[in-house]
Amino acid sequence: MTTTTTRRTPPPAVAAPPRKRRGPTAGVVGRTLRYGLLLLFLLIVLMPAYVLVVTSFKSGSDIGVNGQWSLPEQWTTESWAKAWTALGPSFVRTFQLAIPVALISSLLGAANGFVLSRWRFPGADIVFTLILFGMFIPYQAVMVPLRDVVSTLGIAPGIPTLIFVHCVYGIPICTLIFRNYYATTVPVEMVEAAWVDGAGLLRTFRSIILPVSIPGFVVAVIWQFTSAWNDYLFAIFLSNTRNGPITIALNALAGAQSPDYAASMAGALITSLPTLVVYVFLGRWFIGGLMAGSVKS
Amino acid sequence: MLTRVRRWGPGLLLISPSLLLLGVFVYGLIGWTIKVSMSDRHSAAESDGFVGLSNYVDLFTNDINGRFLHSLRNLLIFTVVFLLGTMLLGLLWAFLLERGVRAEGLFRTVYLFPMAVSFVASGVVWRWLMNSGQGDDAGGLNAIFGQLNLDFLQNSWWTDPEWGMVAMAVPAIWQLSGYVMALFLAGFRGIPAELREAAAVDGASTFQLYRRVLFPQLTPVALSALIIVGHMSMKMFDLIMSVSGAQWLTEVPAVYVWQTLLTSDYAKASAISVILLLLVALVIVPYLVQTMRTERRS
Repeated sequence: MTTTTTRRTPPPAVAAPPRKRRGPTAGVVGRTLRYGLLLLFLLIVLMPAYVLVVTSFKSGSDIGVNGQWSLPEQWTTESWAKAWTALGPSFVRTFQLAIPVALISSLLGAANGFVLSRWRFPGADIVFTLILFGMFIPYQAVMVPLRDVVSTLGIAPGIPTLIFVHCVYGIPICTLIFRNYYATTVPVEMVEAAWVDGAGLLRTFRSIILPVSIPGFVVAVIWQFTSAWNDYLFAIFLSNTRNGPITIALNALAGAQSPDYAASMAGALITSLPTLVVYVFLGRWFIGGLMAGSVKS
Repeated sequence: MLTRVRRWGPGLLLISPSLLLLGVFVYGLIGWTIKVSMSDRHSAAESDGFVGLSNYVDLFTNDINGRFLHSLRNLLIFTVVFLLGTMLLGLLWAFLLERGVRAEGLFRTVYLFPMAVSFVASGVVWRWLMNSGQGDDAGGLNAIFGQLNLDFLQNSWWTDPEWGMVAMAVPAIWQLSGYVMALFLAGFRGIPAELREAAAVDGASTFQLYRRVLFPQLTPVALSALIIVGHMSMKMFDLIMSVSGAQWLTEVPAVYVWQTLLTSDYAKASAISVILLLLVALVIVPYLVQTMRTERRS
């Protein structure tokens, strides 16, 4: 044991003199520096967004080497129209994917989270750890047989397959979100009281727990909606441009040999719009999902 | 006993579909992938001759142009830069924000917004920004550097054969730094106020306060951030596919799997996947076990 390294110096016998106050100038300099840096980083982070918006309102021929960073000489929605023609059908399909995924996974997560937060059976921690591991695996490790299995199960290719897959692999994160929520927010007494009153587990879950679960649902729904919307890996393995979600269509639009950057960027904005709207209006709950993703409650 | 069954039987019923699905689709399919990785199924035709570990050995010793080792090298460079970048920026942003500044919400919202966007969408703009043309052909960031007379900053970005992966990490840092900031900010806010007050009473300077009191308190948060971002880095696929497309220069194992599947070499694709899974498990499993232990103790 060493006592020298991390110990604070013992308080002196005589009361320490009050901390030297820094002069007003030092405070001003510090504050200016702080805000200066914050603003600088703000601009850097927003820079790609500026490029996206500005370029999307140029026409395909207006984006020569000169004036790439400047505002459009002629504002036009021509590239937006072009992008929408390419992405429109898949935009609709992605809603058909992300909404069911968000609802089904949250319901499964709520049921699992409730049981696992209240039921301390032997080996519960091991089971929970095994569940959680499922959200960290590289999905390539299941992809080769996954294709065969879903087609053997007779699930229609494209969106139905993707709904199924996102629901299955969304179970770990949703279970985690609800387990943490029930463990920290819903008082044990509430459940006990219901049991004393003779309500069974299912009854307790339905009439006592579900009504107070709204915040958990908001977090899980937003999380699953965003991940299904933004997913590219499952999409590229299990669907194609004709039956797949918008990320596939955008990649086809933008990935051509000599891409039309104006249309690609309008397409990138169209692709990002739903998740950005969710983020701007429901940001607090979006961050709740992010935090759950690091496992610590 | 009967009451226990009656009380928890429905619970088991409630979670068993999920457990069954995960058992089959996570662990069952991983097992299946391991089996294929030890077979000689190198084409679309079924053939399940058992070849032991030879597909793995081939990846390390007998791959054309050392392709697999090349993808591991790319992944290593990418991961180091990505981790350094997100940790430094995330900590700096949290440090700038933690004592409360005006419009904190605005800064936080903007710093974190790239997390809401898919790599496929941001890849479109980063591909344009990281245009490798220089001088008169300069585009994207190189063009801005030219206009600002910072020509020495112009570079070939991800097309550089040696260090291209450093550039590839730039968009990833842009996307994930806000997440690390959010983790650190939660960490800062979780430190009890008494610790700061005690340090102030002891006459600690601001520098000492951070160095000796606050940063040590953030070690667990830093570890979580490293592990979460680190494992994301190992799985990196979307970003590379949309910025450069699948190609030799920027190939990492996750992309190599995809390329190999296109040629129907299932055995080889499975072997790469299993190695990728092992790499991820190496950092994630100890983290999960440790987290569960501390949770049980508290």
